[in-house]
Amino acid sequence: MIARGIMHRGSALWIAAMVHRLSGLALAIFLPLHFLALGLAIDGEAKLERFLRWTDQPLVKFAEGGLVFLLTVHLLGGLRVLVIENFDWRDSQKQLATIAAAISAIIAFIFLARVF
Amino acid sequence: MNVRLYVWQRATAAVMAPLVLLHIAVIFYATRKGMTAADILSRTQGSIIWATYYGLFVAAASIHASIGVRNVLTEWSPLTDRRAGLFAVAFGLLLAVIGARAVFAVVLP
Repeated sequence: MIARGIMHRGSALWIAAMVHRLSGLALAIFLPLHFLALGLAIDGEAKLERFLRWTDQPLVKFAEGGLVFLLTVHLLGGLRVLVIENFDWRDSQKQLATIAAAISAIIAFIFLARVF
Repeated sequence: MNVRLYVWQRATAAVMAPLVLLHIAVIFYATRKGMTAADILSRTQGSIIWATYYGLFVAAASIHASIGVRNVLTEWSPLTDRRAGLFAVAFGLLLAVIGARAVFAVVLP
């Protein structure tokens, strides 16, 4: 019973659900910082510009690539959940979850290639 | 999660799906030759369309994220349902307030 309970944790769909949850949690933590950064413009363009120049650092660019990945993977994972709950179950669910992760990684890499 | 929260989370997810797609497209467009404050504000200031888009985005994200945080706290933390709910409401309100401030900051001329 316990073994079966642990075994499902290795399945692609369990991993997809966990990625969806963790990406959502990370985005929820990032969101207040994103709003505060944009809110700098309330004191004028110069303040926002200073912040944007700070984000030119390579490490920040990498973090932004990570955020693009998290946003894309959470979007695709969310669409997967909406499809599962509103349409008939299909055997291709596992492939869809893998494709969602692959698309997210590709989009994040394209973003990084463009900003560097 | 009760049925009301479940419906709100799925409804806000459905609303946000096209908004997020557009947001990713805007991220790529905005970073095509380095992002500057002048570029961003020239697009958004005085625009009713961007004000509506970002306003709806902030409202949906505040609701969606707070319900998600509530679910995580209920399942993964020792907090009681009531405390997790209170934290989630406070977090949602915080997001709505600073999100609205951010929208005003970029759309008001």
